Amino acid sequence: MSKRINLDHLGVQGPRFYVTLGWVGLLLLIGAACALVMEHEGHVVTGMNNQVIWGTPHVFAVFLIVAASGALNVASISSVFGKQMYKPLAPLSTVVSAALLVGGLAVLVLDLGRPDRLTVAMTHYNFKSIFAWNIYLYTGFLLIILAYLWMMMERRMQPHAHGAGVVALLWRLALTTGTGSIFGFVIARQAYDAAVMAPMFIVFSFAYGLAAFNLVVMGIYTWTDRDLGRFVTYRMRSMLRLFVGASAYFTALYHLTNLYATEHHAWERFVLMDGGPYTTLFWVGQVAIGYLAPLILLFHPGTRDSYAVIAASSLLVIAGGMSQMYVTIVGGQAFPLVLFPGMEVSSGFYDGVVAAYAPSAWEVGLGLLGVGVAIVIILLSAKTLRVVPDNLADRFLDPDYDKTQAELAEERELAQMG
Amino acid sequence: MTASNRKPHDPGRRRLLTGALAAAASVIAPGILLVAPRPAAGRAPGEPVTDRVRWGLLIDTTRCEAGCDHCITACRTEHDWDNAPHSRPDQQAQWIRKLDVHNPETGYTFSLPMMCQHCENPPCADVCPTGASFRRADGIVLVDKHICIGCRYCMIACPYKARSFVHETIGGQKPYSPRGKGTVESCTLCVHRVDAGRLPACVEACTEKAGGAMVFGDLNDPGSEISRTVSRIATTQVRADLGLDPGVLYHGF
Repeated sequence: MSKRINLDHLGVQGPRFYVTLGWVGLLLLIGAACALVMEHEGHVVTGMNNQVIWGTPHVFAVFLIVAASGALNVASISSVFGKQMYKPLAPLSTVVSAALLVGGLAVLVLDLGRPDRLTVAMTHYNFKSIFAWNIYLYTGFLLIILAYLWMMMERRMQPHAHGAGVVALLWRLALTTGTGSIFGFVIARQAYDAAVMAPMFIVFSFAYGLAAFNLVVMGIYTWTDRDLGRFVTYRMRSMLRLFVGASAYFTALYHLTNLYATEHHAWERFVLMDGGPYTTLFWVGQVAIGYLAPLILLFHPGTRDSYAVIAASSLLVIAGGMSQMYVTIVGGQAFPLVLFPGMEVSSGFYDGVVAAYAPSAWEVGLGLLGVGVAIVIILLSAKTLRVVPDNLADRFLDPDYDKTQAELAEERELAQMG
Repeated sequence: MTASNRKPHDPGRRRLLTGALAAAASVIAPGILLVAPRPAAGRAPGEPVTDRVRWGLLIDTTRCEAGCDHCITACRTEHDWDNAPHSRPDQQAQWIRKLDVHNPETGYTFSLPMMCQHCENPPCADVCPTGASFRRADGIVLVDKHICIGCRYCMIACPYKARSFVHETIGGQKPYSPRGKGTVESCTLCVHRVDAGRLPACVEACTEKAGGAMVFGDLNDPGSEISRTVSRIATTQVRADLGLDPGVLYHGF
């Protein structure tokens, strides 16, 4: 038996593919209509206001951009750290990364007050702004991972794939640092203004991106009835629980350091105890669904070996990640600005009170547009490029497969004899 | 006097008059001026803005009555920022607002107007990706509406909630105060008036119709009334701990 895995197309033909594409296309159409309404009417049709300035579109956009960085985990481990068993999945990892990034950027750009001025954003730079840096970090990342994908797939360029992988890894660490710093650099708000935001977002990206990648791989392999072995799946599971655990650690670190500083006590009380929907989303969404449930499911001997449980855990990590983004982005703004520490402040413009925010359907539609864009890019890329390993069977990936099989056969023989 | 033989603007003469007026006023009101003086000088068309001037505002909260909103009305009328009929109240623009502050420990209560604080180190300008938010050399923080892309990062970064986003199409704009859907705006310190040697609308209204709690002038000019007053009485900046060095100073708390 030859130990060989070939890269293949998606492997779904005819109506099955186009019906799926059609459903996602419908999502895109709805999202595009929402974006058009927001552009035409203005943000008056959204739940966003002059207190909660960034809303649901930003929750989707930042999640997708952060996840994009993490989706490259598998490619990085393969090219940079030389783990051969991940090599067949590296091109798909790159495609998912690019798709999530483009999806997130689409939402971010279409939410601008003046999306028609995108060229202005490309030609006027204030390099003291982390946003301006991010424009370079995001577009640069896209170019780098596309070059990286080409080097992995073009036989003549394969010797350069390692170098491109190193650049991509460093660049994505910078990218997520930049995204976390959008919040970390804001001195005005109690929820932000923390240097830990940057490394915390890097760790979040590992978990969210890997969860998204797991779902793509498991989805494609189930859909196309290909052999997905335990060897690779269990490694994905191990990585996921490591990253989820690290995310929980950074979340605890963020809140504990805030609790140490008296000036942040009011914010911590708000998010941990009496912040209404934000408190619920933090404990139920981010902590219980995003951290505890996946960790229990992925560690418990009764559940950890099930493919369905690994897929469900990935979904839970994504749900927890969206909750985290909502608490960070919307909750961080809903909490009133502290203009006079220790004083009670009131005004006719919502000072001293928790700001109200309820997302409108237009905003949710725009957010889903980003998800739709990412799925369409993955579908079309997998359809047209050879990025899907034709199988991920243990016998091809596990270097100890023959030895393990021989041992198992011996055990069976002994059991029969006994 | 005809237009041709009209003398050019004379800053020295204006300063002298301002000083005399200030001296007279300080006799009437030894704490803070009852009548705010004119700014030091206007700027001739085409004359570059320089950092020799740092425009500032002093607000005496002991003279600012709770419930008085003449400054807000004057600002709204001057810039017409209250014309978004479809926006919800929390989506409306608010260039200036009154805050009522209560110290629960001591029971002391005071009221003050809050607007763009025209910081020396404005975080809004730091975070703006295109440079649309900027600080003029004379300390006035503005938004270039032509290159504002509406990302609202400046609003996230402003510790004073001084900026507003225009949520819908608006009309009837004042030529000196352009506004537009999808862009961010805030107090301009009535830059069009200041450049013409006039007072900001809020200061003028406070002086003429209310308690005269606002003094506008050049903080870099030791002879200006604002400079002489701040050298004499205790003043503070809101969230001075952030180190932004706002050009708006407060007295009375």
